[in-house]
Amino acid sequence: MHHENAQPYLQIRNLTKKFGEFIALKDISIDIIENEFVCFLGPSGCGKTTLLRVIAGLDIQTYGSIIQAGKDISSLPPSERDFGIVFQSYALFPNLTITRNVAVGLENVGMPAPKVQHRVDELLELVGLVDQKDKYPAQLSGGQQQRVALARAMAISPGLLLLDEPLSALDAKVRSRLRHEIKELQRKFAVTTIMVTHDQEEALTMADRIVVMDNGIIEQVGKPEEIYRSPKTKFVADFVGTMNFLSATIVSNGTAKVGDVVLTCDTEDLPVGSSVMVAIRPEEINARNITNSDSNIVQIEVLHIEFLGSFCRVKLGGGDLKDVSLRADFSISLTRLLSIKVGLKLKVSLPSKLIRIYLTD
Amino acid sequence: MTTNIKNISIVKQKSSRDDLTMRVCMILIGLFLAIAILLPLYTMLSKSLENKEGAFIGISNYVEYFSTPSLFLSAYNSILLSAIGTIILLLVTFIYAYALTRTQMPFKWFFKIIAIIPLLTPSMLGGISLVYWFGNQGVAKGLLMGESIYGPIGIVMGSVYWVFPHALMIIITALSITDARLYEAAVALRTSKIKTFFMVTIPSCKFGLISAGFVVFILIFTDFGVPKVIGGMYNMLATDIYKQVIGQQNFQMGAVVAVVLLIPAIIAFSVDRFVQRKQVALLSASAVPYEPKKNKGLDLTMLMFCSFIAFLIICMIGMAQYAALIKFWPYNLSFTLDNFNFDLIEGGGWSSYFNSIRLSIYTALIGSIIIFFGAYLVEKGRGFSFGRNVFHAIAMIPLAVPGMALGLAYIFFFNNPNNPLNFLYGTMGILVISTITHFYTVSHLTATTALKQMDPEFESVSASLKTPFFRSFQKITAPICMPAILDISVYLFLNAMTTVSAVVFLYSTNTRLASIAVLNMDDQGELAMAAAMAMMIAYTCGGVRILHAIGTHNILGKTQRWRSK
Repeated sequence: MHHENAQPYLQIRNLTKKFGEFIALKDISIDIIENEFVCFLGPSGCGKTTLLRVIAGLDIQTYGSIIQAGKDISSLPPSERDFGIVFQSYALFPNLTITRNVAVGLENVGMPAPKVQHRVDELLELVGLVDQKDKYPAQLSGGQQQRVALARAMAISPGLLLLDEPLSALDAKVRSRLRHEIKELQRKFAVTTIMVTHDQEEALTMADRIVVMDNGIIEQVGKPEEIYRSPKTKFVADFVGTMNFLSATIVSNGTAKVGDVVLTCDTEDLPVGSSVMVAIRPEEINARNITNSDSNIVQIEVLHIEFLGSFCRVKLGGGDLKDVSLRADFSISLTRLLSIKVGLKLKVSLPSKLIRIYLTD
Repeated sequence: MTTNIKNISIVKQKSSRDDLTMRVCMILIGLFLAIAILLPLYTMLSKSLENKEGAFIGISNYVEYFSTPSLFLSAYNSILLSAIGTIILLLVTFIYAYALTRTQMPFKWFFKIIAIIPLLTPSMLGGISLVYWFGNQGVAKGLLMGESIYGPIGIVMGSVYWVFPHALMIIITALSITDARLYEAAVALRTSKIKTFFMVTIPSCKFGLISAGFVVFILIFTDFGVPKVIGGMYNMLATDIYKQVIGQQNFQMGAVVAVVLLIPAIIAFSVDRFVQRKQVALLSASAVPYEPKKNKGLDLTMLMFCSFIAFLIICMIGMAQYAALIKFWPYNLSFTLDNFNFDLIEGGGWSSYFNSIRLSIYTALIGSIIIFFGAYLVEKGRGFSFGRNVFHAIAMIPLAVPGMALGLAYIFFFNNPNNPLNFLYGTMGILVISTITHFYTVSHLTATTALKQMDPEFESVSASLKTPFFRSFQKITAPICMPAILDISVYLFLNAMTTVSAVVFLYSTNTRLASIAVLNMDDQGELAMAAAMAMMIAYTCGGVRILHAIGTHNILGKTQRWRSK
């Protein structure tokens, strides 16, 4: 979905937002392509919601500019911007029926009543709630309410759809179902969409591109696979997915030493002697059919096993690593095959291509 | 940081047409408030620094006031009696409220209804009843053991009677907001009942008690009706203002007394606001409401206590009702409706009753619209936070201003021939304005609370859907807040029916009010007729309360579909 040469639909330039002394956004610049689904991902307080609200004009940036569809909207009030918005709280008008909720925006732009009715039916059809159209919001489930909120936001066909933690108030099953539905609807509507979330799984499954934020700055922008496979900073590596971090020192170009073990890896031209973190994801640690052709083979012992349903998270340590330990995710079948139990000594490989190095801060 | 921040100017959001319209509306209501409260108070303050000829004489009037023992004494009296009344009320209402919120005492609904009764009558009614019970020809005169009811005893009793519901509402609220989890934790830790009471109950409603204390103190301190009827020769500040202004036509000294009355009220009010802000911080979103358990001994004790208090309240209103219906106390006790023949005496008349009804309807209608709309503009406006804060601050002032001070300030301000608003003087208009202003703060706070409970994102969604603000106000905000709007209008109606303090300076022969008629009848010794008129007010207020209950029930019933889960 990421078209490198397309004209950006939304251009955000040097946005800074201060609340008194506190700087919520620091010099944020980013381009969003038409029809793209972008997620702002980060821990609470990282500035992602502020950024969304600034784009909507609900908060106003201290510095910086926003250009939407070639038009400078930097200082426009929200009512003069072109967006639809869905909140975590749904914010459905409780005293209006579902139909009337969806119709509000259409009536405001002066659409004649028969056309409004037609459009409302069409939208409710899309979100699968036609049979609920005469009910009041309080009579619907959370997931249904959120779909109404989505239909309401899309009614006036906005150029930009903003989703502020839309799934966070729902329980796990409904959440994962709605993920797909929202993504499907976004494709059908072909609307440029920004979603704010603190849930990395949500971001990874839904987004065309993810913007990872922390402390008011952008840590990394990229496709979900990029963010997961090649996190640019230690923060991203730590925040997205699970990661083992092992303290190490660069011993030569291409090798780093953890305890007594020398690991081959891409040391990114860091000078010899630098203190670094060696990072590897638990699921990349390999224990099946280790041969001498595997890289970074380590003799190690099982210290602890945590059963997590479809797989086991195994704490490994001792052996070559001495008092350093790391977590590895082994599938149930592998656990069975190797008869993994506490105290078992085994060989694992830390594939050098999957190891990433971060400077210790 | 790639750009040079120095070269970038701060972005200011443009205001939409709605933003501007809302600001203009808010400024208009703000101007109304400024004219209705700030300017009159300012005029009164400057009057207190002038001599009779209108020349500026600095604080000479105050020096005179504080060096005249008879005047100064009434300040002492007011403080003393208010303090005594406050202590009695806090004790009584705390137990009463505790019984209603923290026990399984039977007949709670009955005790709740009885407790409302004093709200439905002018404060004078208690005084009138006390005269019948303990006056020179009183039924129970012997209980006072030779002491006279006309004086401090009567003032304290009458004040405690009419302030009771005000104190009760605050303390009930304070006792209702405790987290049940704290009690479960106390039980789990094997804390004794008494220790739990002092460790959990008292701290959790501490601020409510303090707040109730201040509110009660201000109410007694500034009340005019009770001391006027039952005070006898005992001087209080509120009656002093009346005497200085109406009796001696000494407006400057009246202004001085009003300022002396105003200052403790403002101090108490400020402390109360400060305390209330702390109370809010105590509430956590995850608190679980407390469900009292059965406790035979406690429930029975509480039932006896509440029955006794309810008995006293019924005695007060019952005596007024009885007095209104008999021929000539205590010599001819046969029943009659003659006392309702108000047109027989000067200064009363049925017209005053209908004036009161008109005043109450106007105040309720106009007042609730202005106040709710004003609160909406403050709460939901975008930007212009300076103006919104100023508006909110002005809206807080009326609560701190005693009615007597407000009424006097209105004389100074509106009776000035150079004031273009002078035409209002002596009309129903000025009564409506003064009554709306007098009761502005509580209504404003009710509206603000209701508005704050709405999802703040409604406004964001409305903006994204390009809904004009008056449309979302009319279609969404007002319907959702309708119960609060009804509460406000009934609050205004009841107060307009029963108030005397501000309007006593402002009525004319054409706009005499029922509550004023009660005063005048009492002044002329027509106590039975005063009781009858006070009861007319009570019937009306009672009727409106019932209508309100039915109306609210219907609205909730109609909207139940969208309110219920």
